[in-house]
Amino acid sequence: MYDIAIIGAGPAGFTAAIYARRYRLKTLIIGEIYGGMISEAHKVCNFPTYDSIKGYELTQKMLQQVQNLGAEVVPEVVEDITKDKVFTVKTNNAKYQAKKVIIAIGSKKRKLNVPGETELLGKGVSYCATCDAAFFNGKTVAVIGGSNSALTAALLLAEYANKVYLIYRKDNFFRAEPAWVEQVNANDKIEILFNTNVLEILGKEKVESVKTTNGLIEVNGVFVEIGSTPDVRFVEKLGLEHRDGYIVVDKFQKTNVDGIYAAGDATDNVLKQVITACAEGAVAASTAYKEMNK
Amino acid sequence: MDELEKLRQDKMNNLMSPKVKIDVSDANFDNEVLEQSKKVPVVVDFWAPWCMPCLMLAPIMEKLAKEYNGKFILAKLNVDENMYNSQRFGISGIPAVKMFKDGNVVDEFVGALPEPSVREWLDKNL
Repeated sequence: MYDIAIIGAGPAGFTAAIYARRYRLKTLIIGEIYGGMISEAHKVCNFPTYDSIKGYELTQKMLQQVQNLGAEVVPEVVEDITKDKVFTVKTNNAKYQAKKVIIAIGSKKRKLNVPGETELLGKGVSYCATCDAAFFNGKTVAVIGGSNSALTAALLLAEYANKVYLIYRKDNFFRAEPAWVEQVNANDKIEILFNTNVLEILGKEKVESVKTTNGLIEVNGVFVEIGSTPDVRFVEKLGLEHRDGYIVVDKFQKTNVDGIYAAGDATDNVLKQVITACAEGAVAASTAYKEMNK
Repeated sequence: MDELEKLRQDKMNNLMSPKVKIDVSDANFDNEVLEQSKKVPVVVDFWAPWCMPCLMLAPIMEKLAKEYNGKFILAKLNVDENMYNSQRFGISGIPAVKMFKDGNVVDEFVGALPEPSVREWLDKNL
């Protein structure tokens, strides 16, 4: 029997585990894939202590810290959570019992949902610029999106590609940090196309072009960075109150279901960043600890 | 003495059990993958050290290779060091996993999948 089962192995889940272990709670983290979305970030420049750090380095350090503190981390997929006197978390591999559950499952990358996107995945369509930028040395690519992740992807790709089209449906980068916008504007390889929607990705064996509302653009690669969408599996199963799929929490990170807390990108928080995910993970663990000792 | 015995046992076990995971390169790809796949399916994991999803997928692939105990061979190809075969098989997104049978690619997936999905993919193809 665990004191706390944390679902999700990203910054929110890791920080919850750090706090839980320092409260000496028996702690389990269940994560399909370790690290979370930030692992794929080329650079993280807004996390205190580092001027700049690779996303995966940051999350590897967190994972290491969590394991050093004695939390158990298992790479499994949660299939069901049921509540009786305690919670039973069923995965593809085992059943775990826990007194409290913290949901820190983050969100999923949003897809464009245009023809060609699925067919050409791995053949020029990518959702991970840090993984695949090197394959586009000397080539032409398009990055779709206008958030921090789109801008940093464009900057990374400009280190390899000859030309990077940054395609965004709105008319300015109001959602991105000016620090990134300045760098994008100053980069000669990046051409920005505002007010442009992607209609289709074309190519037989490989990506050859993108069809947009501003005409056809020849490219070898398409990097999709258009934000994220919540994972609603547990919302439905547990009857959690949510807003457009994001779990509603109070300032103690409590959900409407007793004994279940939520933290990070999976919640209806106002800022989806590593630092806020960590903070919420800490609060969730603290609340769980206090409620356990009531 | 106990330690020596354990080392001896480990070595014996390694010798006895079929080779389930190998690292391949441009130099031995044709032999270790294409030729070998005429005898037993070879699953090639195209990866690179800078690719976080690749590092996340690796332990899942290795675990399953051990568990399937010789029903397929897992061959890992570092695309950073082996450009020839990466280009030859049209790799432009990693992790990319391809199953070879009789010298040909019979199925593939791209991206880090959780364990149950990889298992399903293997069972479909083996």
